[in-house]
Amino acid sequence: MIRIVGLSKTFESAEGEVEALSDVNIDIEEGTIVGIIGMSGAGKSTLVRCINMLERPSEGKVFVDGTDMGALDAAGLRKARRGIAMIFQQFNLLMQRDCLANVRFPLELAGLSGRKANEKAKELLDLVGLPDKARAYPAQLSGGQMQRVAIARALATEPNVLLCDEATSALDPSTTHQILSLIKDINKRLGITVVVITHQMSVVQEICDRVAILDGGRVAEQGLVAEVFAAPKSDAGRRLVFPGRPDARVSVSGNDRQLRIVFRDSQTTSKPLVATMAVEKGIVATVISASTQQISGDVYGSILLGLPASKFEEAMEYLESFGNLTVEEVTEIV
Amino acid sequence: MFDNVFTVEAWQEMLLCLKNEIPFAIWETLYITIVSTALALLTGLPLGVLLVAGEKEGVLPLPGWLMHALNFIINILRSVPFLILMIMVFPLSRLLIGTTVGTKATAVPLVVAAFPYIARLIEGNMREIDPNIIEAAQSMGASPIQIIWKVMIPEAKPGLINSATIAMTTILGYSAMSGIIGGGGLGQIAINYGYYRYRYLTMYLAVAILILLVQFFQSAGTHLCVKSDKRLK
Repeated sequence: MIRIVGLSKTFESAEGEVEALSDVNIDIEEGTIVGIIGMSGAGKSTLVRCINMLERPSEGKVFVDGTDMGALDAAGLRKARRGIAMIFQQFNLLMQRDCLANVRFPLELAGLSGRKANEKAKELLDLVGLPDKARAYPAQLSGGQMQRVAIARALATEPNVLLCDEATSALDPSTTHQILSLIKDINKRLGITVVVITHQMSVVQEICDRVAILDGGRVAEQGLVAEVFAAPKSDAGRRLVFPGRPDARVSVSGNDRQLRIVFRDSQTTSKPLVATMAVEKGIVATVISASTQQISGDVYGSILLGLPASKFEEAMEYLESFGNLTVEEVTEIV
Repeated sequence: MFDNVFTVEAWQEMLLCLKNEIPFAIWETLYITIVSTALALLTGLPLGVLLVAGEKEGVLPLPGWLMHALNFIINILRSVPFLILMIMVFPLSRLLIGTTVGTKATAVPLVVAAFPYIARLIEGNMREIDPNIIEAAQSMGASPIQIIWKVMIPEAKPGLINSATIAMTTILGYSAMSGIIGGGGLGQIAINYGYYRYRYLTMYLAVAILILLVQFFQSAGTHLCVKSDKRLK
């Protein structure tokens, strides 16, 4: 559905050229929800704006539904954009129009007006659960309600693609959850391909099928959410998946070495590994940090252990014998 | 100088003026103010929009030289004092209206003085629009003209009403100044009685009515502006 090929974007600034994106390659299949995650400044927003050419790529191409977006003329691009809806962190509703007129707005742009447009807009407000807010102005709504109106507006032109630029970053956790459920529901019901830009791991975990981790303008790694979360290969991935903040502050005595166990599935997660190691091998480990996460219905966990250096190799061997988990030494906390 | 202000004759003269001349002068002043404001808005509004939309990063980028020229012309017109401008546009008045005196003829300098001012006011209104909203409209496939008509102008409506009000009260004040070139209206009464004949009481009357008119327009404009702003509810 969306093919991003060799995409680079360089901005001119007072200090010279700044490379926001460099050689980004991402394939997005029709009907999937793909997360693009990264810290602020990683280039996420620039990347999503290159998909609908709000930003022109410096190099590389973007194909949406087979169309080379960069090769379109102004009129062609405007038409193509009607098939690629976008929602934003700050909702970007027209503040001087009521909700119905906001939802109707893209239809007016496409030349549809009058009763037909109003009916369509009403249907969409029903779809997002705000049938009674047609005559309310955005300023009278809560953040979650405004994002619902923005979603209704985005769906008005029956797009094939929905781009979400930090769409839940301004919302509280419970509203975030509701909006994400709505997006997932729309994805399932209408088969719309969704691209989710976020800095929140929880958003990717909750709705995405695949994820690309963006770091310093490059794709650090990408794949199925479950795989990336279970065993992140890149430093950027590890930073996001193992929010190792407490690790760094835990002092482990000088003779200790550290290792990280990452469970690949929920059965392994439920095994009392550390306890059996103590009983069977007599190796006593310190748990520095541990976490479990739910991704696509499965539970994944990771444990960071401190072990006496003398027993390290033995422990490593013992733990590896379990299978379905990865064990690696951690020399520096990332 | 002011010792003859409150004499019986002065009161009689004022009342006579109030009865015979003031009603028509109010009409003339309102007429010239409304016509000039309308014409100045008609030219100033598109110009103000272009000053923002036509920028390099705007929705309808215009050639750089054209933008420089527009800005230069506006600055020149804004720098000429109105009293001088009134005289400078005599040839234009003669060309358009056929004369340089009278109420109709003063519309020409008023419009020439007001439209660059209005363009700057409206430029300010346009710059206050959240650029993210414009980006959202672009992402929906809006054309530059659609963005101007359906996003920039409607979203700036309360500010535009405010600017139109400021313009109108300013033009009202300037229209009084045009009494000096035979412009008619309350300004001419104030100048004829107060400046040429030292009848200060009648001058004060004319000024008081001008103040009332400004107050009225400003209150009405502020009311409309607040009422039209859907962000405040």
